[in-house]
Amino acid sequence: MKKFLAQAYIWILLILLYAPLVFIAIFSFTESRVMGNWTGFSTKLYANLFTGNMQGSSSLISAVENTLLIALVSALVSMLLGTIAAIGIHNLHGRKKQAISFLNNIPMINPDVITGVSLFLLFVFLHISQGYVTVILAHISFGTPYVVLSVLPKLRQMNPNIYEAALDLGATPSQALWKVLVPQLRPGMVSGFILAFTMSLDDFAVTFFTRGTIGLDTLSTYIYTDARKGGLTPELRPLMTLIFLIILILLIVINVRQAKAKKQFS
Amino acid sequence: MKRSHWSIPYVVFLTIFVVLPLVLILVYAFQDGSGHFTFSNITKFFSDSDALGTFAVSIEVAIENTLICILLGYPAAWILANKELNRSAVTIVLFIMPMWINALMRTLATAELFNVFGITLGKGTLLFGMVYDYLPFMIYPIYNVLNKMDKSYAEAAQDLGATPWEVFWKVTVPLSMPGVSSGILMVFMPTVSTFAISEFLTNNKIKLFGTIIQENINSSMWNYGAALALIMLIIIGITTLFSDERKEAEGGLV
Repeated sequence: MKKFLAQAYIWILLILLYAPLVFIAIFSFTESRVMGNWTGFSTKLYANLFTGNMQGSSSLISAVENTLLIALVSALVSMLLGTIAAIGIHNLHGRKKQAISFLNNIPMINPDVITGVSLFLLFVFLHISQGYVTVILAHISFGTPYVVLSVLPKLRQMNPNIYEAALDLGATPSQALWKVLVPQLRPGMVSGFILAFTMSLDDFAVTFFTRGTIGLDTLSTYIYTDARKGGLTPELRPLMTLIFLIILILLIVINVRQAKAKKQFS
Repeated sequence: MKRSHWSIPYVVFLTIFVVLPLVLILVYAFQDGSGHFTFSNITKFFSDSDALGTFAVSIEVAIENTLICILLGYPAAWILANKELNRSAVTIVLFIMPMWINALMRTLATAELFNVFGITLGKGTLLFGMVYDYLPFMIYPIYNVLNKMDKSYAEAAQDLGATPWEVFWKVTVPLSMPGVSSGILMVFMPTVSTFAISEFLTNNKIKLFGTIIQENINSSMWNYGAALALIMLIIIGITTLFSDERKEAEGGLV
């Protein structure tokens, strides 16, 4: 009985949480301009999305491309900067270490609006014209702390003597770095990268404040403008549906693999 | 070169892109349009009934949202972390997944759903939509703490004669507080500061604090916008002080 109630509660919450997403998915299979108005089954919106045959298609497609490009570049830079920083922080002690950890936490606690406004003021103050570069810099600034926090635990778990041992056995410092240190840190670097990447994909507010007036759109800002104009572009429905599916599959694969790895380990 | 020096590039980066921008908020907040020192931006806020009203509404909505998220989210996290009640790893993934999807997309989907059912957009739909958006952020940290909790405390309490009810309230709940405070931090602040979300969920009827900051910045009222941002920063500082132990539950989303 208790188990039944618990399961029922979980499933009711899930049904409520997913109702809007399912709703979008259902109405991605009909042609009507407004949602909630079923005009018969059709995959035309999907076809439009892939052939680019729709109203304002070029801007939607370029928004998707911008989103991916910005996320990829900023996550890669975050991964490099964050990993190097983590190695440095790991070797620091006392006050200095505390101070850097505190600074590292700020971008994670700051609400998007504050990060956005403060960076906007920075670029205005420095007279830097806003566009791709400023958006990517902004995304690096909130992505890197996640990389640092993912890599630090791996450094703590690592036996510090392994690196020295490699050097003693005749490895050059760069060999010791690439063949000993990096492989040990790789899981942390990868999860940091994934976090920075998804944070960037997800971001709306920071992009909004740092993209300038050159007409640069990511998917979020595109949707924002589109919705303010009244009525979403219908092709956004299949696009959102596909994004939901990809993320769901990715997360399930990652988690099932983790669970398997844990079982083998114990 | 010493390996502790490897942190230098990041320290430089943080100084330019985190510390300096925050200092600039402070600088701009106390300047007038021509760069002279002034308190007028701050006093303007306290005499601007529109901004004050928005501020009060934001805090109210944020508190209500946080409370509803705790009430709905805590039992869910408890069930998910309980091995007897939930064996599937997939259920927790289903709860986390919305966190990975663009909040704007989810919000628009929710608003559309309200429209289809003919529900008028307003305060009720705003709260409902906010809970939709932020519930996962409450469930996940609580689940994390409960999942890692040493079960022997609960067993010891049971052996010593506590009823299941007492075990729950006197052992489990106090031990899970770091998760709750982390959840509060992840729900409360974003609710106060969100913009766009509240506009879509109420059809522009209700504005939250984030929206008026955005409106001022976008209409080139940088100094007043910065002053409003500064006020929000002060509130963040206060909220963070109340939840020191948040670190334990953070990280490891993947």
